[in-house]
Amino acid sequence: MNKLIPSLALVALTFALHGAGARAATPPALLPAALTIHIKDFKFNPTPAKIHVGDRVTFVNDDDEPHTVTAADKSYDSEGLDTSNTWQHVYSKPGTYKYFCELHPYMKAVVVVTPAPAQ
Amino acid sequence: MRRKDFIEHVGWTGAGIAWSLSATGLLGAQRAEAASPFSFVQISDSHIGFTRPENPDVAGTLRKTIEDINALPNQPAFVVHTGDVTHLSKTTEFDDAKQLLGTLRAPLIVLPGEHDVIGSSKNFFANFARTDAPSGWFSFDQGGIHFVSLVNVFNFEIDGKLGQEQIDFVEKDLAAQKKSTPIVVFGHVPLYALYPEWGWTTEDGTKVLALLRRFDAVTVLNGHIHQIIQHTEGNIRFATAAATAYPQPAPGTAAKPGPLKVPDDKLLSVLGYRSVELATGGGTKVTDRALG
Repeated sequence: MNKLIPSLALVALTFALHGAGARAATPPALLPAALTIHIKDFKFNPTPAKIHVGDRVTFVNDDDEPHTVTAADKSYDSEGLDTSNTWQHVYSKPGTYKYFCELHPYMKAVVVVTPAPAQ
Repeated sequence: MRRKDFIEHVGWTGAGIAWSLSATGLLGAQRAEAASPFSFVQISDSHIGFTRPENPDVAGTLRKTIEDINALPNQPAFVVHTGDVTHLSKTTEFDDAKQLLGTLRAPLIVLPGEHDVIGSSKNFFANFARTDAPSGWFSFDQGGIHFVSLVNVFNFEIDGKLGQEQIDFVEKDLAAQKKSTPIVVFGHVPLYALYPEWGWTTEDGTKVLALLRRFDAVTVLNGHIHQIIQHTEGNIRFATAAATAYPQPAPGTAAKPGPLKVPDDKLLSVLGYRSVELATGGGTKVTDRALG
């Protein structure tokens, strides 16, 4: 019988979360990032963005419409970012990374990743 | 158009005799039992999960839409939802949408919009898959009409693209149809170049439109742009539908597409659904109905 308690608690938690509807959840804490790319007026800014290997980039949706940050080669995907949502990605290899918004595919941008500077 | 303006409609018997009914509805009441004309309903762009001020209660406006459809004296043969059922393809959004749409009295057909397949089409297929359409597109015959239901939101990097596999399906499917058969096509994104600057077009839509030109009467119904726009090219009539969630600006009238805020007491007048009937002469009669 006691085994039911965690299940019921989970159901109650699920109901509570679901009952909250689609209200914005508490956003995850942001880790320090080398660069922030803003999504505003259906554009990624800046582009091309220039960073070094290992840098973390924060993407922020400043638009009224949801957007995604989706790699052209599909190697990463933020999935849906609603207004004010953020998403972070670490670029671990040098290269030129093309990405776009899956919801508005004419929104295209580039991140250029160069080797880390000598210490 | 306001609801009170939608009373007039067309009925007919199996022999094809049509009556224009008066606003009193008296003749309609008498003939409804005898005729029961074939009709279906289109709804679109419900965006369950959307919470912004343009419509903080999209579930409520979808519920109102469903109540209005369920109250129609002649129930439609089916209701087709032409996509963007959800806002962000989340599991909870699909759960809520499916629960609401499950209260329709008429059978339901659902096409995906790009908001239903963010990251993956898995959630969409889990909730609205058809066993006869593993790829998402399909055709069927009902009420003397040949229906073709298309998907133009599956291709990464190009919104509104059908792809060769789907175009081949349409070519083979239409080849078996008579020229006089009324054709109705469903899609989410407009099949023609309505406003490419905002992505309101299907890149390879012209290939399907070329296949449709030999038919006497074709009707293409879609959503995506959250407003009613009718357009005709020869024998092909295009009609985009109002949303059940929120309106968007008319093409080119704003810096960008997106939710359009209207006064709260005007919102229901720009949301709605449409009834479609087979008209005399083989075409369709499309009647858009506002929620308020």
